Amino acid sequence: MIPTLLVISILTFVIIQLPPGDYLSNQLEELRSQGESASAMAKIAFYREQYALDKSPIEQYARWMGFWPGPDGFSGLIQGNWGQSFTYDLPVKEVVGDRLGLSFLINFSTILFIYIVAFPIGVYSATRQYSIGDYGFTLIGYLGLATPNFLLAMVLLYYANVYFGVSIGGLMDDKYINQPWSFDKAMSVFDHMIVPVIVIGTSGTASMIRRLRANLLDELQKQYVTTAKAKGVPRLKALIKYPIRMSLNPFIADIGNLLPDVISGSVIVSMVLSLPTVGPLLLEALRNQDQYMAGSLLMFLALLTVVGMFVSDVLLAVLDPRIRLTGGATK
Amino acid sequence: MTNVLLVRDLKVEFRVAEGTIKAVDGVSFRVPDGKTVALVGESGSGKSVISQAIMSILPKPAYITSGEILFFDPEKPGVFYDIAKLKPDSKEMRNIRGGRISIIFQEPMTSLSPLHTIGDQISEALHLHHKKTKAEGVQVTVDMLRLVGFPKPDEAFHTYPFELSGGLRQRAMIAMAMICKPGLLIADEPTTALDVTIQAQILDLMQKLQKQLGMAILLITHDLGVVASMADEIVVMYHGKVMEQGTLEDIFKSPEHPYLKALMRAIPRFDMKPGERLTPIREIKRESDSKFLQQANPRPVATGEEKPILEVRKLTKKFTTRKSSLFGAKPAGEVLAVDNVSFFIKPGECLGLVGESGCGKTTLSKLILRALETTDGSVTYNDRGRDIDVLALSNDELFDYRNKVQFIFQDPFSSLNPRMTVFDIISEPLIIHNVGTSAEREETVKELMTLVGLDIRFLRRYPHSFSGGQRQRIGIARALALKPDLLICDEPVSALDVSIQAQILNLLKDLQAELGLTYLFISHNLAVVDYIADRIAVMCKGRLVETAPKAALFKNPVHPYTKRLLAAVPEPDPNHRLNFTNLVEEKASNPELWPAPFTADVHTKPVMMDIGGGHFVRVHENTDLEELRL
Repeated sequence: MIPTLLVISILTFVIIQLPPGDYLSNQLEELRSQGESASAMAKIAFYREQYALDKSPIEQYARWMGFWPGPDGFSGLIQGNWGQSFTYDLPVKEVVGDRLGLSFLINFSTILFIYIVAFPIGVYSATRQYSIGDYGFTLIGYLGLATPNFLLAMVLLYYANVYFGVSIGGLMDDKYINQPWSFDKAMSVFDHMIVPVIVIGTSGTASMIRRLRANLLDELQKQYVTTAKAKGVPRLKALIKYPIRMSLNPFIADIGNLLPDVISGSVIVSMVLSLPTVGPLLLEALRNQDQYMAGSLLMFLALLTVVGMFVSDVLLAVLDPRIRLTGGATK
Repeated sequence: MTNVLLVRDLKVEFRVAEGTIKAVDGVSFRVPDGKTVALVGESGSGKSVISQAIMSILPKPAYITSGEILFFDPEKPGVFYDIAKLKPDSKEMRNIRGGRISIIFQEPMTSLSPLHTIGDQISEALHLHHKKTKAEGVQVTVDMLRLVGFPKPDEAFHTYPFELSGGLRQRAMIAMAMICKPGLLIADEPTTALDVTIQAQILDLMQKLQKQLGMAILLITHDLGVVASMADEIVVMYHGKVMEQGTLEDIFKSPEHPYLKALMRAIPRFDMKPGERLTPIREIKRESDSKFLQQANPRPVATGEEKPILEVRKLTKKFTTRKSSLFGAKPAGEVLAVDNVSFFIKPGECLGLVGESGCGKTTLSKLILRALETTDGSVTYNDRGRDIDVLALSNDELFDYRNKVQFIFQDPFSSLNPRMTVFDIISEPLIIHNVGTSAEREETVKELMTLVGLDIRFLRRYPHSFSGGQRQRIGIARALALKPDLLICDEPVSALDVSIQAQILNLLKDLQAELGLTYLFISHNLAVVDYIADRIAVMCKGRLVETAPKAALFKNPVHPYTKRLLAAVPEPDPNHRLNFTNLVEEKASNPELWPAPFTADVHTKPVMMDIGGGHFVRVHENTDLEELRL
């Protein structure tokens, strides 16, 4: 895991460095064109010194990661310092802080929504293959897959506002912004979350239904299902204990990919609905060449991916004795 | 005598998009209390559909259109159920299913869920039908596991099916079926997927349990040998109808119906006269004037002194098993899959290689083809007078060598690519080896099709539209495409029905004569090997234990393992029932427990000794010949 993360960190840094120039030189250009301001110039010089932007890229990398002492001693990702955002003139941690929680909330709800909706429908479609219900869900599923999210977002927003009076955009009413948490604020957040969760979740739900249906159809043909029936196991119990359990594997294997999505996913929808999540922030950071902000965010996502993979591997081994017991036996 | 099951005029239809198929068409039979009734027929004769109807687990498109299935529960005298009228999900049916009637399936590999321990799966049946606490359930299950012959039942409770061998899995399946002490056990081809020796053990187990628990068995099989050893009464089915029924003696002594007679003639037996041919129920029609035959350029028939076409000396293959931990894999142990194997095959000969699954037969064949790297030893191929050291061949030469040695696989279903047409499949070797122009290739493929008795109109079809036997013929045509001299047949008929098996065996025999082929024929069925092979090599745990000309081996088997293999083949003759007492002990397949002078363990390494007439046996060095003439 650690070597993987190291390689990722190097790649991330190199890619961020690839475009010519950096945030400060862009800023400098701008200042020059506006006529110089001594204090701004001084600040830029300070940053340059602080973050070793005038040094070699290797040294920059080492300082960012915390392998090499900067002016404040060892202070990099390893020590938990995410660096400074140039755009906001604040530490990255503070810029991201609140948004991280909200992103997590939204996307985690979305995943729950996907599982709760997709599971029963997938099982229904598989056990009643080629029934009217199956065809109906299939049609809706394909619509969900084919419709662009942001379009759906706007349509839903309009109707939600017109018919239910749910207010548009943001994740809470304006009056609660920067207020301490209270019950009303939480309710407001909940109200605002319904539309984004549905919008972000539709395509996921649709593809999940299709996959669960296909997996389950395969499993239902298997001999051990007949064995269970022949033992006299009631239908529903047999269904849950054997084939559904078997068709779970792909979903658990997916957790690894889901985790980073939980944080940064759904950028476009977040922009359209002006949700205060991390996604748009990352996009902005990349466009502005705000190198520490972008780099640290990317590293964080990479860490989540690797951890997610690890978690799903462990879960798979717990759930599936074949993986647990035959792993490592090579032919 | 009271009946447990009475089936009257049962009709089952499959209603599918293409129309209605009458799978079972007016079948009547009975199963008396405590007896075994065998339901015999080829695949597609409707025998499995009957078993599903009795269990009320018919697949969706199947409907019982008329008839009765009366089940008289021996535990409740006077009460009977008509299963044909009960709803599959009704409470009564659920109680009968698994509780009073249970079933064993053919495939022990797939009929158990891989995600649950066998203890869990077995006790599930118990808890469904009897009120028991968890601890009692465990106790009953462990007792049952002991009864079906698990060596360590307490540990076995917590094992997963994939950790067990096929035989043990089938035992677990039997334990599951028996745990509620049913009145009727349906065994749907319970031993078809198993080795003969394991088959004998399982059959013995079923008979013992039957005596102990006093239940009736409905045995569904296509193997008349199994029937002769097990059944009291026989029902012969063909195309959904009963052809003939009666007691075991009646049926075997005086088969009336032509179908049954034909079925009997299709089974290879030990007492066949030299040169006698099997008579398949449907003979393959082949055109004799094939151009392929004329151009075939067969090897000249061996003139006594010619060197062997293939000579294998001290071939050894070690597999390293690995143990993985958090820090990567480490070699943990070595498995000798093939241990110092030496043999030769003369040109034009068929050498039968016999042994149980896991004895290294297939590994050996792969070594000869260089599909696996050899650990030690040598393989010499005699290419019409020119010796080739097979293990030293490099790219181009190896490519040419594979031209001359071809392979026929066991499983006709998975060895053909379902996305290629028959034409593509048969012409692929020609394309790979760059033989002829495309027009010539087309011509060759057509000739190959007629050679194996398939219609050339089928060339554009895909494998799924063929039956198992036809697919195997496609596999044979593919193997013949490059005009090889040596064919390695790895269990080519073990996945096929008896009547189809006879077809394929006859085809292989004819092709051998016509094309001057040499066969290495791998099988676990001694009767089949007896029919096709000239010489037989018996393999156990990676070693050859006995090689001899066919007649000598069957007349005078010396090695205890050979004797046991021979004894385990069920013959279609009620007077030669399997003698289970000799077979069931594990001793015969464990080299360390063989009696002297055959014992093979860490201290003693027996060697092959010539006991005259081309008969070799693996015994301790300096063993007296007289000692073996027991």
